[in-house]
Amino acid sequence: MMNDAINLIRELEDMGRNPKISILKTMKETGKKAVGCFPIYTPEELVYAAGMLPVGMWGGQTSGTLSDRYLQGFCCSIMKANTEQALLGQYDFLSAVIVTAYCDTLKCVIENWKIASPQLNVVPIVYPQNRKTPSGKMYMKDEFLRIKKELERIAGNVIAEQDLLESVDLYDEYRCIMQEFTDTVQDYPDLLKAKTRHLIIKAAYFMDKKIYNEKVSKLILELRKLPPENSRKRKRIILSGFISEPDGLLDIMTDNDMYVVADDLAHESRQFRTIAAKTGSPLDRMIERIALQDGCAFLFDEKKSRGRMLTAMKEKYRADGIIFCQLKFCDPEEFDYPIIKKDLEAAGVASLYIEIEQQMDSLEQLRTRIQSFGEVLA
Amino acid sequence: MEHQKTSKQLLGELLDKHYADALQAKADGKPVAWSTSIAPQELLETMGIHVVYPENHAAAIGARKHAQEFINHSEGKGYSVDICSYARVNLAYMDIQQCEAANIPLPDLIFCCNNICNTVIKWYENIARELNVPMIFFDLPFNHAYEVSDQNVRYIKAQILEAIIRLEEITGQKFDYDRFGEVMRISSETSLWWKNASLLACAKPSPLNGFELFNYMATIVCMRGTKEGLELFKLWHDELKEKSERGIGPWKDAEEKYRVMWDGIACWPYLGDTYKVLKKYGINMVTSTYPDSWYIVYDENDLDGMARAYSSNYVNRNLDFGTDNIVNIVKDFRLDGIIYHSNRSCKLMDFRQFEVQRRVEEATGVPSVIFDGDQTDPRAFSLAQFETRIQALVEMMEARKKEWGVS
Repeated sequence: MMNDAINLIRELEDMGRNPKISILKTMKETGKKAVGCFPIYTPEELVYAAGMLPVGMWGGQTSGTLSDRYLQGFCCSIMKANTEQALLGQYDFLSAVIVTAYCDTLKCVIENWKIASPQLNVVPIVYPQNRKTPSGKMYMKDEFLRIKKELERIAGNVIAEQDLLESVDLYDEYRCIMQEFTDTVQDYPDLLKAKTRHLIIKAAYFMDKKIYNEKVSKLILELRKLPPENSRKRKRIILSGFISEPDGLLDIMTDNDMYVVADDLAHESRQFRTIAAKTGSPLDRMIERIALQDGCAFLFDEKKSRGRMLTAMKEKYRADGIIFCQLKFCDPEEFDYPIIKKDLEAAGVASLYIEIEQQMDSLEQLRTRIQSFGEVLA
Repeated sequence: MEHQKTSKQLLGELLDKHYADALQAKADGKPVAWSTSIAPQELLETMGIHVVYPENHAAAIGARKHAQEFINHSEGKGYSVDICSYARVNLAYMDIQQCEAANIPLPDLIFCCNNICNTVIKWYENIARELNVPMIFFDLPFNHAYEVSDQNVRYIKAQILEAIIRLEEITGQKFDYDRFGEVMRISSETSLWWKNASLLACAKPSPLNGFELFNYMATIVCMRGTKEGLELFKLWHDELKEKSERGIGPWKDAEEKYRVMWDGIACWPYLGDTYKVLKKYGINMVTSTYPDSWYIVYDENDLDGMARAYSSNYVNRNLDFGTDNIVNIVKDFRLDGIIYHSNRSCKLMDFRQFEVQRRVEEATGVPSVIFDGDQTDPRAFSLAQFETRIQALVEMMEARKKEWGVS
């Protein structure tokens, strides 16, 4: 039993650790074309329904200066890394790349990529920010239909309504499984240390969702057969922010007796924490999900509910504290933080703010800060 | 007979009145709105709601060298040094509510339009939350294709209609469509005269010292929908036209040797310093990419046209459009060079600048330089670096004149 769980964990960790190798492996196994999907949300369901693999493009551990030709030094490290890899030809195996426009940097990246890497078939998509209103939903439908046509052209086949329905169902299932998975983590702080949890969630970006769903479901089943581990000495942490990379930062948390009981990361739970009701057409369900997705820095939220959401999460998961991982130069997250800070302080929630870049030479400063935070929580 | 005022005098008076009226409205218990600089102000003007513009106000605070104390306050609250400095100034003003440069009343509602950037969504969300006031938000999708698509127009138009209903709910007043038509007409006409005036700088020498554009910009932002605004720009146009017909250049004490364009926003805390450096070398900044942003022209009662016009400003357009726009400016204004402001506050303007610079240079052969600065944060600019870049530009412009006999 234990071995089954461990084997699955190792397998998924490996898939999460090596994006390109994992994608190529999946492409080979499934015989599908791959389409790159930029942060934060893309209509992955359409890509899948077209018989192609949607794969995540959230930066990487790359260094170099090619991207300096297009972007100043104060651009976020994820977009710098993506651009660097595009210019190196690292993405040339993709049949297309869907680039979003959630922030000002992304708008410029769309434009630069069309010129710098025409071979990548950049498909720009602009999600509506007025996503709850009738006009916003109408526009989102227009936009999804436009992307659907583009994808049909790239795939060389028409997306049948039944295929789209199955794809939307599959994605709902994925989101359901992942909610269950992240809730399961809190009972197994040793088996599912912070980095392991992160890599398993990340693996979803590089695998066929159908296969991924099966593996994670099986993992949950195997884990449930095991008795919950003793977690009394450990501090229960919620992560917020864009991404928890470089993942060495997660090892530091583990070194300091912390484990992740829930997250509000764009890269992780924001991908699956919201599921729309099964009413209306598949496109309506995709639209509704975005309309319901609150507490995200990249979607207009008049109520500015993220701080209150985090406070509620703290209660729900009996967390000891929240670590806000601020990706440097990420404006939307930077604007959210002062309001979150105020809300958390008002609710008496302990929190730590750390500034990260995806590729950092040294994590020693972070180590000291996380260690001190651990002492505060003790 | 009363002595006729110059446009400069009128400009000062109108701006003073603009702020005084808003403060008075607030004191009288009337609603006041805060709005982004290129939002459909026609709706607020029609409803008789006083509007002030945080970007204008932050620029004024910057120009009068008061920005740092506000920036410090915001950073103390947890705002990153890397976000827009207008936002850092304004979000602090919201708390401090006092500045020698100018005071504005706090808003009862906010009006936000993301055709200038997505940063304003975040900034205005925070205002709405902190002050607990309603936010009317116009989402104008980024135009990654060359033209503004019909799909986008449909969405924007629908939002204008939704905003009217929301304004009626907030104020308890009916929206007057006749008055709306009139405001639409005035707004378009004011835009036209703003453009006509700025185009007079195509003449050689230019009757306009382009730094004046930065001063008049405050009024095209806040008075576009008013008769007073319209009169101001007509007057300014007539003055410049007369100057041009008499062959008068930008300065009394110096000649215009080089004509350049300034890409992006001014460095408000160093407005005088940057101006002096340019003038020292005989450089007249005859235009900027900026003025056209307020060229918002459409037919009266044409909501589709209005929707399209609001989404047509260059920062909301794609890179091909941005390139063509500057290439045309180079030709129309007979430029010798271009100065690109790599503005730490504005990622949307910055992150296309390198490619645009390459393309414009390839298309026109006109030399250019990029300098690092910021619209309001005084720490992000070095006058020495600026002057060094300008010297390099002068050398390139001079070499080109010699080589090609371009004058």
